Amino acid sequence: MKILVTDQSGVEHELEGLDGWRTMEVIRDWGLNIKAECGGACSCATCHVYVEDGWFEKLPEPSDDEEDLLYSTLDKKPNSRLSCQILLSEDLDGMRVTLAPSAAKDSEAA
Amino acid sequence: MSNEIVTDVVIIGAGPVGLFAVFELGLLDIKCHLIDILDRPGGQCAELYPEKPIYDIPGFPMVTGQGLTDNLMQQIAPFGPEFHFSRMVTKLEKQEDGSFRLETDADEVFRCKVVVIAAGGGSFQPKRPPVDGIEEYENKSVFYAVRKMDDFRDQDVVIVGGGDSALDWTLNLQPIVRSLTLVHRRDAFKAAPASVNKMKELVMEGKINFLLGQIGKLEGKDGQIDHVHISMDSGDTPLPATRLLPFFGLTMKLGPVADWGLELNDNLITVDTEKFESSVPGIFAIGDINHYPGKLKLILSGFHEAALMAQAAKAVVSPGERVVFQYTTSSTKLQKKLGVV
Repeated sequence: MKILVTDQSGVEHELEGLDGWRTMEVIRDWGLNIKAECGGACSCATCHVYVEDGWFEKLPEPSDDEEDLLYSTLDKKPNSRLSCQILLSEDLDGMRVTLAPSAAKDSEAA
Repeated sequence: MSNEIVTDVVIIGAGPVGLFAVFELGLLDIKCHLIDILDRPGGQCAELYPEKPIYDIPGFPMVTGQGLTDNLMQQIAPFGPEFHFSRMVTKLEKQEDGSFRLETDADEVFRCKVVVIAAGGGSFQPKRPPVDGIEEYENKSVFYAVRKMDDFRDQDVVIVGGGDSALDWTLNLQPIVRSLTLVHRRDAFKAAPASVNKMKELVMEGKINFLLGQIGKLEGKDGQIDHVHISMDSGDTPLPATRLLPFFGLTMKLGPVADWGLELNDNLITVDTEKFESSVPGIFAIGDINHYPGKLKLILSGFHEAALMAQAAKAVVSPGERVVFQYTTSSTKLQKKLGVV
């Protein structure tokens, strides 16, 4: 399976997705510009992505914690999600997401 | 300066790795002071996920971030580390004699022979809420922390958030303010239940207001707000306010570390793997803030790095002194230091 991730500079990357992994983990392990400072504990909002229409609707509803964190970002949109809360499965093969500016590492802030 | 503190080692960061460094340095008779921007020990794992389980600490099939912190505090107690919380190291300078001078934003000066940077992902900084133009009011009428309660006396205060900070300051400030409104986007709180109950009692008694909504635009001039707009289901409501306290959590920034002349790699401090020393002799970096080939960002790795750093730091603190490596299981000397014999 694969996911398609557009980075903050607009470049799309095709990444090998792994069933059961968190989308954040795949993006981070491929070296894209994602801070993910809490490591997946749904505590920081630094793995913020925009999920493309068509895929967004397939995702389970965000938890209250995730919604709170998304609200704390400066760049929330209606299709915002935390990528650490998106567990990959065959249903999401081909999912397209874009890294939000607020997910960037400090040294590479968009 | 009268408030100058002289010690062997200053550890920047009181997370698990900084705390364990106290233990390893203590076994070698090295005295430590720790400085942390948070108001308590534990760093990221106590701040971001205190109740979430950690499964990869040796000897603990499962421990929470707070549990690990509590155990480390107990483990290092025999060495009497001195903590300086709620402050940030703003300046770090190497002196001609090879020692170091540090300044904090609390106007303290530290002098030491060794600096250990154990700052994890960097300094925790408050998150700025998504409000246009909020910068012009910051530190004048919008604050992200309460330094002096008197700044809020007889003011119309709006507090935004649903966590412990928001609830704690709602309860603490209520007796001295002219009016207080707590705003949260939902009617569920992540704060201690006792605080939530107390807040609800105050609402029932009419002593504070609670609004279900989100913070919108600010009105005012010259840095002084006069109204905060709250977006609610019923529409936009302007609320008279002279002080705003948004509590949107914390995020980590490298902060002043970037200005200390250390060799960095992608915002991480480059170290060797023998001593975990930075490009500046006498400054060591351990835990998530360092970089070397093969680095794994695990608490476990930070503990290992602390042990090797301590051996190298001993040579700096007590040059020429022969160090005999000893095990805590068998060394009476070490056991005496730990207070167990």
